[in-house]
Amino acid sequence: MATIFIEQRPYEVKDGQNLLQVCLSLGINLPYFCWHPALGSVGACRQCAVKQFRDDKDTRGRLVMACMTPATNGTRISIDDPEAREFRASVIEWLMVNHPHDCPVCDEGGECHLQDMTVMTGHTYREFRFKKRTYRNQYLGPFINHEMNRCIQCYRCVRFYRDYAGGRDFDVFAAHNHVYFGRSEDGVLENEFSGNLVEVCPTGMFTDKTLKQHYTRKWDLQTAPSVCVHCSVGCNTIPGERYGTLRRIHNRYNGEVNGYFLCDRGRFGYAFVNSDRRLRHLLLARAAEQPGRQRIGPAEPTTKEQVLRHLEGLLSGSAQVVGIGSPRASLEANFALRTLVGPECFYLGMSETDCRLIAAVLEILHNGPARSPALSDVALADAVFVLGEDVTNVAPMLALALRQAVRRKPMKIAEKLHIPAWDDAVVREAVQQEKGPLFIATPYSTKLDDVATQTYHAAPDDLARLGFAVAQALSPEIPPVMGVPDEVRALAGRIAQALLEAERPLIVSGISCGSEAVIQAAANVAWALCGNGHAAELCFTVPECNNLGLGLMGGGSLNAAFKAVHAGAADTVVILENDLYRRADAAIVDAFLDAAQHVIVIDHLATATTSKADIVLPAATFAEGDGTLVNNEGRAQRFYQVFVPEGDVQESWRWVRELLNAATRPEGQSWRNMDEIVAALAGTIPIFQGLPEIAPPADFRVAGQKIPRQPARYSGRTAMWAQRNVHEPQPPEDADSPLAFSMEGYPGQPPAALIPRFWAPGWNSVQALNKFQSEVGGPLRGGDPGRRLIEPAAVERVPYFVTVPRAFQPRDDEWLIVPLYHIFGSEELSILAPGIAERAPQPYLGLNPDDVTRLQVHEGDELELRVDGTACRLPVKLMPTLPVGVAGLPASLPGLPGIALPAWSKLRPGNADTVGAKR
Amino acid sequence: MEQPLTKNIRPGEEPLDLKAYEQAGGYQATRKALQGMTPAEVTELVKDSNLRGRGGAGFPTAQKWSFVPMGDDAPRRKYLIANADEMEPGTFKDRLLLEGDPHQLLEGMLIGAYAIQAEVAYIFLRWEYKLAAERLTKAIAEAYGAGYLGHNILGSGYGLELHLHVSAGRYMCGEETGLLNALEGKRATPRSKPPFPQTSGLWGKPTIVNNVETLCNLPHIINNGAEWFKGLSHSQDGGTKIYGVSGRVRRPGTWELPMGTTIREILEDHAGGMRDGCKFRGLLPGGASTDFLVEEHLDVKMDFDSVQKAGSRLGTGTMIVLDDQTCPVGMVQNLERFFAQESCGWCTPCRDGLPWTAQILQALEDGRGQPRDLQRLALHTKLLGPGHTFCALAPGAMEPLQSALQYFKEDFEQHIREHRCPWR
Repeated sequence: MATIFIEQRPYEVKDGQNLLQVCLSLGINLPYFCWHPALGSVGACRQCAVKQFRDDKDTRGRLVMACMTPATNGTRISIDDPEAREFRASVIEWLMVNHPHDCPVCDEGGECHLQDMTVMTGHTYREFRFKKRTYRNQYLGPFINHEMNRCIQCYRCVRFYRDYAGGRDFDVFAAHNHVYFGRSEDGVLENEFSGNLVEVCPTGMFTDKTLKQHYTRKWDLQTAPSVCVHCSVGCNTIPGERYGTLRRIHNRYNGEVNGYFLCDRGRFGYAFVNSDRRLRHLLLARAAEQPGRQRIGPAEPTTKEQVLRHLEGLLSGSAQVVGIGSPRASLEANFALRTLVGPECFYLGMSETDCRLIAAVLEILHNGPARSPALSDVALADAVFVLGEDVTNVAPMLALALRQAVRRKPMKIAEKLHIPAWDDAVVREAVQQEKGPLFIATPYSTKLDDVATQTYHAAPDDLARLGFAVAQALSPEIPPVMGVPDEVRALAGRIAQALLEAERPLIVSGISCGSEAVIQAAANVAWALCGNGHAAELCFTVPECNNLGLGLMGGGSLNAAFKAVHAGAADTVVILENDLYRRADAAIVDAFLDAAQHVIVIDHLATATTSKADIVLPAATFAEGDGTLVNNEGRAQRFYQVFVPEGDVQESWRWVRELLNAATRPEGQSWRNMDEIVAALAGTIPIFQGLPEIAPPADFRVAGQKIPRQPARYSGRTAMWAQRNVHEPQPPEDADSPLAFSMEGYPGQPPAALIPRFWAPGWNSVQALNKFQSEVGGPLRGGDPGRRLIEPAAVERVPYFVTVPRAFQPRDDEWLIVPLYHIFGSEELSILAPGIAERAPQPYLGLNPDDVTRLQVHEGDELELRVDGTACRLPVKLMPTLPVGVAGLPASLPGLPGIALPAWSKLRPGNADTVGAKR
Repeated sequence: MEQPLTKNIRPGEEPLDLKAYEQAGGYQATRKALQGMTPAEVTELVKDSNLRGRGGAGFPTAQKWSFVPMGDDAPRRKYLIANADEMEPGTFKDRLLLEGDPHQLLEGMLIGAYAIQAEVAYIFLRWEYKLAAERLTKAIAEAYGAGYLGHNILGSGYGLELHLHVSAGRYMCGEETGLLNALEGKRATPRSKPPFPQTSGLWGKPTIVNNVETLCNLPHIINNGAEWFKGLSHSQDGGTKIYGVSGRVRRPGTWELPMGTTIREILEDHAGGMRDGCKFRGLLPGGASTDFLVEEHLDVKMDFDSVQKAGSRLGTGTMIVLDDQTCPVGMVQNLERFFAQESCGWCTPCRDGLPWTAQILQALEDGRGQPRDLQRLALHTKLLGPGHTFCALAPGAMEPLQSALQYFKEDFEQHIREHRCPWR
């Protein structure tokens, strides 16, 4: 600790910080632009000037930049000093020399850091009387709007995009008062994290283009704390709604998860909530009421009474019901279904392979000594071994964390030179191109390869063999891998050495390869390090937002459900938020749905599956209901309803509750609100017993008040629905949470799990976050929300895996088809956002050039692929890093059939007429 | 009067080639240093000589070197850079040395590099100095050929790799740390100090950046000793200085004179006084980024401390003379436009404050000046002062402005009063 003096008052502050951090952590207002808590200091904007005094006798002092000055013991500063105040106001005045007067028409207006800082410094009158400089704006793709005239040259964008996120197609150009931030030419920003420019930019130079399409002011947005549903990382978000439409996603800081940033899929994938494909009304197939009917035509809208009556008839009998859960539905929804059908008839809604792999992941995390790291821990790893995962495309924010992790080891260079970690430009000059060890072994080259120490591209079994070889180099308890080529063995040795030398080694793997051996090899490596006394961490990625939650709940695979129905074990199927056609061969799903007498689907989107249903119950999306998701770390996180949807839409668990009631079952009676179903879940499945504590109960109040979802400045409340009724409607009640659909309520800071937006007096932009953290860059006040459900076991004997797969053997006439993940395209919901769809690739088949030659085709020619009777014809794309004998198929792209991968397939020059699925 | 720096220079003729340079006593200092002195002894000798940096700041050269980590566990590689990016307006002294005696620079660099045990040296050359580039390229090739560069120089075990890098041409590249960024292929924005380049410089490694003229002094100090070097000077600072004069004088040019020669002597004896019909009004003693001195300062000695005492800086020692036929506001406007243009755009006061300053001065020149403009100009000289901006560019830019506002206030007011430039 150090004692510093501000306006001659002593403050105890943490060592190793700069004065700006310290002042903000103390709650003192000091304006700034170029400094960013995640990006550090560079001293460019000169906005945070304060007066520093040598000692208590020094009365003259000198101006210093708070962000560039260490807060060492005895430091004496004045923020109120007239010279410092004058200088800070002048900095704003200089910035305003060229900044346009367009606040009223600027998207940033009302949440603009520049506005806030201008007011804070007291600059009110513009003396500059000459022409402003102007720029040409660029087209930057579907996500980001560019308005260069508003730029105040804080350099944050380029520092985030290039230095932090590893982007290369964006830079700063030109010089003096004509510096330009953009691309060398118009074009889509390539980096997966470009959306953060919207929040990193302190003014309206970069704004959210998707918000612009249905623009509303920040203060007119109804918001609630939420969790991203577009991958397994579980980034915390703040979705904003107006007039029943979801307008945008902003980051919700969680010090242990996403910190300050989101990926573009998470930020811009929200439009599915507003999609034309949304189901908003109950649908009942016309012929459904007749027993032994042939389902003809799609289900049609009907009344709730009619459906419930029908359900009563359906469920009150002795008929056996099969339930198919969903990895994109909440724990509560899945638990409700599991309750309805009983654990033995509850199926996870995932393929056999996925179920097996997720069970393996969970077993490893439960029974082994390696801990699954929080995302914030990942960024602190000083040696990383990625085994089998295309991290950028599967779990994008994990890739961003790994980009920070490679800076850990070189940070020692800066430490040696006594350079504080926050002194960002100086650290980078000292460290230069040095990178910490990051070894990436994947079936094909990944975007993260640019920061890798070494990469290795091989078939899944060979990746597993590399992993086993690394583990074997670390522990003699692991059986040797026979027949490994010398260069692979040498690589394994280097990887083992780098991991051993690290203080915080990290192994990253996952289920993308579809290989249990890969997962086991990764576990062996981490465990062997633990066995050597290293606190090795083991991070698994899974593709969907609640894969692990569902895995923890337990149940059979989709294939098992198919079998059960075909065996006549059940005549009614309830499918929860799941399009089975994405997960299994169409013919098999058809047969399954045909075999079932009654098909009830609860979902928020019309899918191939809902089109086959007798009854469709419209479910709430993440923005329209509450729920809990378990991320890849094993962290349970609560998301809250943002707005009340129109139509018959309600949370899936409430639909299941109605099914329970229709079946005259008692369980649903006690689920009157979220707390009660969470309590039931916690009481039924031991792993979830801590769930009630992850968020305050619905009756939680601060000073007797609920937490308002709408900001105090929310406008038009009495007018926005006046065309329907001149009487102001009563705000909807929220029985599930302490949040209110109102602007009335507790105006102060709520507990961390309930923060609906970051705002503080004088801080209208996202920078208000500083006021919500216990210290700048630290956890939210009261601790970051969420709760880890899985901790490593204290094991006496590490349960190493000993079965090493045989080396991959290419086949003469068949190829091993592996999934190729795409951040834009491989996820079911986000692809419905037009911007994401625009970024998604067209279906293709990736092949090694040698294989292409062998097949006597050329790039762009079509090949037919056939797995289990499902065939599709795809243009060939050369992928030199794919091993010979392996072909890549984009995972889950629209237009591609549901093929469970990996699988072997012949490849033939196509002769069908259309690209895509054939049945 | 001894003129060690320019003794080999014959204006208008090719410089001495390696052989001629050797015959004139060249590379003797290299031999002496590399074969007979330890790096510490070289540094000590330079320290005793009171050599101060000739780039403008006047920092003692040996002291600068002393911050470089030495010994076996020092970070490698270490670098020595000759700052030949001579872009200070009115300054052309290094050009004389670069074009006139390139081997002298190479030898100076060798000795400097040896003192800090650098493995690699760069000459960072101003883009426009095409002739110098040509002559340096030839000299470097000769030096490599004769074994003065490369491995194991003169059997000493010490080796040096030397490269010529021609700048892309920005004023900022002349700033020590902006130069380092430019040399690394990055934008020529300055770096924050500490750490200083001596510990974290080029590629993050220990680096010394010395001015061309500074380095050229080293062979002579080694050859003749510290006392001799101090004896060359009329002041505390050792050695000679290459002074220059531009403006409406009879004989503009450069001269190697004892350090501490008075302004009057340089102006009258060497530059031949003012041209007929022109009266002296003032001068910038050491380039565009120094304060004006006027009539009363003519007897000031041109050394670092004396000029500072008079309220300006020695800078590069090449003065720009203002006469009565030239508008002082126009002169300052020209300078401020230059500085605004050359701002790298990194920090706010410089990037946005300098163009505003230049625009006000242009308005004055165009007859659009307003009385409050003078307050704004005065405010900027204060707000863009040292410590307020990221590097010294803007404070340097304010030096001619603040002194012009002091010495030529009436001229500024006349522009505003009469809504015109009286010289037009």
